[in-house]
Amino acid sequence: MEITDMTAVELSAAIRAGQTSAVEAAEAMLARIEERDKIYNCYVTVDREGALVQARMVQEKIAAGELTGPLAGVPVALKDNLCTEGLLTTCASKILGNFVPTYTAEAVLNLQKAGAVILGKTNMDEFAMGSTTETSAYGATKNPWNTAHVPGGSSGGSAAAVAAEECYFALGSDTGGSIRQPASYCGMVGMKPTYGTVSRYGLIAYGSSLDQIGPLTKDVTDCAVALEAIASYDRKDSTSIKRQDTNFASALVENVQGLHIGIPNDYLGEGLDEEVKEAILQAAEELAHRGAVVERFDLSLVEYAIPAYYTIAAAEASSNLERFDGIKYGYRTETYEGLHNMYKKSRSEGFGEEVKRRIMLGSFVLSSGYYDAYYLKALRVKALIKKAFDEAFAKYDVILGPVAPTTAPKLGASLADPIKMYLGDIYTIAVNLAGLPGISLPCGKDKNGLPIGLQLIGDCFQEKKLIRTAYTYEKIRGPFGKEAGQEQEGHRHE
Amino acid sequence: MANIINDETIEYVGILAKLELSEEEREQAKSDMGRMLDYIDKLGELDTVGVPPMSHVFPVQNVFREDVVTNGDLREQMLSNAPKEKDGMFVVPRTFE
Amino acid sequence: MSRQYETVIGLEVHVELATKTKIFCGCSTAFGAAPNTQTCPVCTGMPGSLPVLNKQVLKYAIAVGLATDCEITRYAKFDRKNYFYPDNPQNYQISQLYLPICRNGSVEIETKEGRTKTIGIHEIHMEEDAGKLIHDEWEDCSLVDYNRSGVPLIEIVSEPDMRSAEEVIAYLEKLRLLIQYLGASDCKLQEGSMRADVNLSVREVGEEQFGTRTEMKNLNSFKAISRAIAGEAERQIDLIESGAAVVQETRRWDDAKGESYAMRSKEDAQDYRYFPDPDLAPVAVSDEMLEEIRASQPEFRNEKKKRYKEEFGIPDYDIEIITQSKHMADLFEAATAICGQPKKVSNWLMGETLRLMKEKETDAQDLCFSPEHLAKLIGLVDDKVINGSVAKEVFEVMFEEDVDPAQYVEERGLKTVNDEDALQKTIKEVIAANPQSVEDYRNGKEKAIGFLVGQTMKAMKGKADPAAVNQILRRICAK
Repeated sequence: MEITDMTAVELSAAIRAGQTSAVEAAEAMLARIEERDKIYNCYVTVDREGALVQARMVQEKIAAGELTGPLAGVPVALKDNLCTEGLLTTCASKILGNFVPTYTAEAVLNLQKAGAVILGKTNMDEFAMGSTTETSAYGATKNPWNTAHVPGGSSGGSAAAVAAEECYFALGSDTGGSIRQPASYCGMVGMKPTYGTVSRYGLIAYGSSLDQIGPLTKDVTDCAVALEAIASYDRKDSTSIKRQDTNFASALVENVQGLHIGIPNDYLGEGLDEEVKEAILQAAEELAHRGAVVERFDLSLVEYAIPAYYTIAAAEASSNLERFDGIKYGYRTETYEGLHNMYKKSRSEGFGEEVKRRIMLGSFVLSSGYYDAYYLKALRVKALIKKAFDEAFAKYDVILGPVAPTTAPKLGASLADPIKMYLGDIYTIAVNLAGLPGISLPCGKDKNGLPIGLQLIGDCFQEKKLIRTAYTYEKIRGPFGKEAGQEQEGHRHE
Repeated sequence: MANIINDETIEYVGILAKLELSEEEREQAKSDMGRMLDYIDKLGELDTVGVPPMSHVFPVQNVFREDVVTNGDLREQMLSNAPKEKDGMFVVPRTFE
Repeated sequence: MSRQYETVIGLEVHVELATKTKIFCGCSTAFGAAPNTQTCPVCTGMPGSLPVLNKQVLKYAIAVGLATDCEITRYAKFDRKNYFYPDNPQNYQISQLYLPICRNGSVEIETKEGRTKTIGIHEIHMEEDAGKLIHDEWEDCSLVDYNRSGVPLIEIVSEPDMRSAEEVIAYLEKLRLLIQYLGASDCKLQEGSMRADVNLSVREVGEEQFGTRTEMKNLNSFKAISRAIAGEAERQIDLIESGAAVVQETRRWDDAKGESYAMRSKEDAQDYRYFPDPDLAPVAVSDEMLEEIRASQPEFRNEKKKRYKEEFGIPDYDIEIITQSKHMADLFEAATAICGQPKKVSNWLMGETLRLMKEKETDAQDLCFSPEHLAKLIGLVDDKVINGSVAKEVFEVMFEEDVDPAQYVEERGLKTVNDEDALQKTIKEVIAANPQSVEDYRNGKEKAIGFLVGQTMKAMKGKADPAAVNQILRRICAK
């Protein structure tokens, strides 16, 4: 097997066995990036020298027996909203076009401790606002399955980089589906953990109460292992949660016997593509064959999640993005008259259209006279949505449904109508509002050969149930194959 | 469209958010915001009387640090990204009358 | 002027808490450091940084709340107050609007007429201070120093219960003393660790409704506050008398010019879009936490006054003065504990200390001499090592630079000469030089002996025990 075909866990085993080295793996990935990123534009920044320096150091530690874990020597990519000391971090925005952080995000430090080698920073929708990676100031990323299509977003660069084998796995962030949806569009596995599981310290905030960092990987095993590595209780993040049960790899068990799976009728209604629906129901049936108890039920409130989400996320974003003012870092306009003109010009020139749209909306819903009607109302609806999930999880271990209503749309088809684009988040968004874990994994392809994603949602802190279910399904499904045009024998899982 | 956003509102939100929109952007923003608010108005269909607003999803409380100095002099780092600095400080347009 | 007006005043008092570190990060709060040397990603608003609450801030805020009879909010939250200004690195200030830590308190003040009056406290909330802006004349720009950014503050918001500048000053003095007693802040107006914004309106006497109020900022001394209140009341009355309306606005007081001006600009919408800060966990105050803070509350002034009377038996007047400052009360108690002579310690404080404080315009809290040295000085006098007038000289030096009195006396050769031979020799010389005075004394003029003592002390350069000199003189003259 070529090392580029391996999963992260397979690669680290091969490195430990002396069949290859961290340096070889890094070189192979850098060569891949050189060859393919011209086409896909997955990366904003590639740290060639840094990656090789890290790889050499990691290799020494592996040789010395100091690094023995399943990620030692594995080259990875990071979404460009994760701060990396000394390495450009742009959030795919012009306003941070020259920003070099002085510290590294906690989740990234955790990966480094595990011996992962950082290749660079991946493209995204500007400040994670978007569903297609087309709002990036550094050009759109293309879907490796079909370059006429988007990779999804906002972690589209991360998903595409894994799919194009320009890294072994990547970190993304998920505020309303930003890991799960691009994973689905790119045929990869993506997980948004329970809120508070991964430290947000060093993640440039979009919607602070909704943001979580998570992995995008080639398979469920890598997902569990990567999540285990990045999860930590962090005193620097007041919303971090002390958990004892983060040994996620222990849940890689092929068994769904007696597991109660609920499929919300609301997730199969109008707007859902027929091919996607069929693939989802097929996956459910296969799990039922393995002993899972599968039922349909009414989750309720599904259509209210999007308006509640966009109110809350826009409000928080309008405040979180106030710090980009041209004083301490980032872009400052060339010419200005006085302080307020400097603020306005720097921000208007530095932010893209979608970001401005959400800042305006967020500022409005918090403004005097509208706070109660919009913002507080949305927080009350959020409480109702949380309650609806609580009731569902009293009956079911896992909720199963689609990730997105369709497969990856064509480039340029989404941005013209923002509300239509927002509607695409309908199945992912409520998970963030309720702080729940959710995983996305491929369960089929549409007639154009584009991947379809299956979403599994768990109750808070029940990632292990999701991993177990996803792992079982993955075994049933068998190898998923690679991007279009390169589909091959699929020996990855043998 | 039930919510009509006028120039005054866009101007006002622009002051709050420190954004300056071109004529074209302004027209777009008026229409976008109006449509978005129409959409958000859907929340009004739900009876939320007696439902407390949920700002934090988990009941995590009392996260503190001890009153111990942990940071040294990080000035050089903090200034390293500044568009303009002078005498160890960030330079901004004149703020005094 | 035919109509009679009443001034209605409420205060917003900001107090910088005496914590070692900032409210949301581990940067030092020490005063006077070089610009931006006490900053980090959190207090400069770097992307990705997150705040974590300093526990001591909460403790101090609750302590002040308990001392001002407030209800302590059992479930409190932090909110973001959004506004753009360069001293505010995130362009929002973390503060408390919806669920502040303390509410519905009060303090009692004494009015000019000697009556007590209750001033209501609407709420006390925790928040972060802003950085400092410095104007650069050369380049016509401003410079930002974030050392103060994130220093913890409490804001104490009173009810509009005050009616005069005197009441305002009495209220501020009362708050200052309470907070100093708690050790929660040094409350120095000049250095900005205590700042007061004045909300003021006027109305005709007898009117029930409040008038439109203005908020005045930039008041950094009691005198400035008094002048600003007088000036603003007059301005508002003039407006009303001339048929114009008072505009609700924020005004900046220029104490040098003795006038205020409106701070409004088109770019300040004053719409702060407060919402709960999603980065900070709510605070749940447990019974245990409350009891712990209550139990560690220090003795307040009234309790202290009572105890001093019972324990030390010093005059009421002395007690009144000494307990006016926590620092002076601490000095008194510590020095008394060492030397065991409360009355003598009190005399030093009431006499020389007050005299020098007035002369050198020193605040009680800035007294620098240590209780150990004061006790030592009292001991030196008691042991007749030095006499009273030398002691005063030494004290003046102690007052300035806290020298060790014993060492100072030694080094400067100020010890009283107790050598009878040396004394007798000088006295004999004085007698020889002043035969008329000796004669007067012998003829029954008691006053003459005082003159001779004075002459001897002068000849001894003060380093003699006047009582001993007196005794020897009488003995010799009587011969």
